[in-house]
Amino acid sequence: MSSGDVLLRLDGVEARYGPVQALRGISLEVPEGAVVAVLGANGAGKTTTLRAVSGTVRRSGTIQFAGKALHGGPEAVARAGIAHVPEGRGTFTELTVVENLRLGAYTRRERSLDADIDRVSKWFPWIPDRAHQPAGTLSGGEQQMLAVARALMARPRLLMLDEPSLGLAPMIVREIFRIVRELNEREGLTVLVVEQDARIALQSADTAYVLEVGRVALAGPSDELRENESVRRSYLGY
Amino acid sequence: MADFMQQVVVGLSSGSIYASLALALVLIHRATGVINFAQGEMATFSTYIAWTLTTNHGWSYWPAFAATLILSFAGGVAIHQGVIRPNEKGSVLRVVIVTIGLLLAINGLVTLIWSGEVRAVQSPFPTRTIDIGGVAISIQDIGTIGVVFATVVVLWLLFQYTKVGLAMRAAAVNPAEARLVGVRVAWMLSLGWGLAAVLGAISGMLAAPSVFLDPNLMAALLIYAFAAAVLGGIDSPIGAVVGGLVLGVGLNLLGTYVDFVGADLRLPGALLVILVVLLVKPSGIFGKTEVKRV
Amino acid sequence: MRQARSFAPIAAFAALTVVVAVVPSFVSAFRAQQFAYVAIYLIALIGLNVLTGYTGQISLGHGAFMAIGGYTTAILVADHGVKDVWTIPIAAVLTGVVGFLFGIPALRLSGLYLALATFAIAVSMPAVIKRFEGFTGGGSGINLFGLPDLTASLTPVTILGQELTFNDWLYYLCWTIALAGYVVAWLLLRGRTGRAFRAVRDSETAAQSSGVSLPRYKTLAFGISAAYAGVAGSLFAIATTFVNPDTFPIALSILLLVGVVVGGLGSLVGLIAGAVFIQFLPIWSQEVSKSPGAPAVVSGVVLIALMFVLPMGFAGLLARLRTLTKR
Repeated sequence: MSSGDVLLRLDGVEARYGPVQALRGISLEVPEGAVVAVLGANGAGKTTTLRAVSGTVRRSGTIQFAGKALHGGPEAVARAGIAHVPEGRGTFTELTVVENLRLGAYTRRERSLDADIDRVSKWFPWIPDRAHQPAGTLSGGEQQMLAVARALMARPRLLMLDEPSLGLAPMIVREIFRIVRELNEREGLTVLVVEQDARIALQSADTAYVLEVGRVALAGPSDELRENESVRRSYLGY
Repeated sequence: MADFMQQVVVGLSSGSIYASLALALVLIHRATGVINFAQGEMATFSTYIAWTLTTNHGWSYWPAFAATLILSFAGGVAIHQGVIRPNEKGSVLRVVIVTIGLLLAINGLVTLIWSGEVRAVQSPFPTRTIDIGGVAISIQDIGTIGVVFATVVVLWLLFQYTKVGLAMRAAAVNPAEARLVGVRVAWMLSLGWGLAAVLGAISGMLAAPSVFLDPNLMAALLIYAFAAAVLGGIDSPIGAVVGGLVLGVGLNLLGTYVDFVGADLRLPGALLVILVVLLVKPSGIFGKTEVKRV
Repeated sequence: MRQARSFAPIAAFAALTVVVAVVPSFVSAFRAQQFAYVAIYLIALIGLNVLTGYTGQISLGHGAFMAIGGYTTAILVADHGVKDVWTIPIAAVLTGVVGFLFGIPALRLSGLYLALATFAIAVSMPAVIKRFEGFTGGGSGINLFGLPDLTASLTPVTILGQELTFNDWLYYLCWTIALAGYVVAWLLLRGRTGRAFRAVRDSETAAQSSGVSLPRYKTLAFGISAAYAGVAGSLFAIATTFVNPDTFPIALSILLLVGVVVGGLGSLVGLIAGAVFIQFLPIWSQEVSKSPGAPAVVSGVVLIALMFVLPMGFAGLLARLRTLTKR
């Protein structure tokens, strides 16, 4: 399903938090239908990159989505078709599982969301059983999956995942990445994932960017990066 | 026994009025984290609008009631967008001072437009009593309880079953995440202010027939509302309603049956409730005890 | 460099002292009295600032502390023949202790809840005062006018060779205490106590982990701020020569909080502007329009506008001017 056209393009994007310059000119491309990973150490600017796209942080530089300039705050970006699953999941812990899903489809106009909930439940079969539980009672892994499910409810063109592995057991992390990979292969969902766990990110992604101190230090197909000396030493541990 | 039941009903009636205003305070606090000190004055203003429509323009009661609700809603939204929102990024105290400024300005505006004279307001309900199981119950009391009950039910349906209601709840608890799914959080908060203004207006319009209309109509009522909200839990809508009813019945029974309390120690009674609750369980009956996250 | 830096505030303070000393010669007795009230509010604001600006505890009840100070003075002067000036330190200590004791249960309350609790106390104060009639004279209050122990009330008093009528005496009394209180607060907040206070405001957890005893500093802040309010209340009673339950209404507590925010939290400098503001705002509003209700509208609008224009209060404005002149 990959058309190969660039869905998301960043060009010289800069962003700061008060006096601290977090992004010093990031340029990257996410082709439609691909899985792209953004790697780097803590503080390298990975999360800020996603925030720059979703408009959660003020930035300068060009961001193009589906050929058009992207601007505005998170509300506008969501409406444009980008689903951002933030660091820490961002589930509404006080609301029920179903309410979380309904919120995911907020930008859609359909009157009945039941079909969408069914569709999403196919990927996460445990959802119908826990439908009316408060999301806060779910385990960390389930909340992460709920966050992805919520994002899918919007039928986004681009799914952005911020550190999905954070605080989760390796087995659950593998499961989540497996689902992400399947979503990409079967439904052609374009994915931009920011990850600290370079190994699993490089396994699941087609291409990757390595950030250092707010700049792109390395970029390329994940196979190549996996073989790269400095990547192996700094991020893969061997 | 009949006398007791009668007092309970009277207490429920005034308690409904407290509950409505308390609910307004809770709504705004949940949504924007602020105590709106001007809530009472906004309600007074709304009540004067209703009064003007019926007295000076010859409208009949219920159309005037509805029109007032619509105008109050618009006013609440306008106040949030115009005055509160620009100050939300600052400290809590800044917004508190702004609401205090609103309190002064609106109170003054009422006097300026309608003068300070005390006016009698007609009740939409007949003032006679009916007999239920040997107890004489005033129709006005039943009407008051009924109106507030209906309002609470409508609000509950709105929050639980509509898209807008869900969005408002989400915006109140997790505004950042709500934005990410496309909720226009600022407008949801304004809706909250609009609804709170409506609740305040209902409170004022129900109270006016018994307490007479003057610029300070809601000053004492605001304190009862604070007490009800604190008792029930400042972030709990159910708490506001239950707190209001309990306070209304409790204060009324206390005033009737305990001699040295009397009618004019009601207000200190409410204040005592605030202090005792804050001392014993600050989060109120329905509030969650705050776990301080380190 | 360090010499030059610590010179500026001292020079400014010296200039202020000179101005204060000289003003009464240029203004009417009525104005002098108004300026005396500015000093009284300043004292209360300094105290409230220690509590709210420095340890971040919001109080909507400082009018109640003023009431305690005011009634202490009134009762001592009227019923026990104590000279008015000597009642001031007594009021300070008494109110300070009450404040400190209040600070203990207040430890359990944060932000909003504390504001509501102090609000409730301030609202009930008039009713409580009325209830203890035997002590406080109930609704009819206590009159100080014409009592021999009230300095300069009947005949002018002579100080340092100068003959002062009541208003001028009041002015100098209040400003002397205000300036002294200013210096005391400045010294207190510069040192370890001040740093501990600021640490508590900025992050209670961080402060605790650095060894700052939260209960000690938070209750201390309450005590200090109450003591200042007590002094202010005492002077207020002397100034108005009369107290009754309505002398210290909830509006006063709200006004004090407004003064501290408008002046600028966490800084002593803007407080003078805050005190001037709360003394003169009602008066200026009246000059705009005397129609009933109009002054309140003007005051309210000005207050709202100030929060837009000067979100950090006057102290913020001064800070901005300072950075501009440094360039």
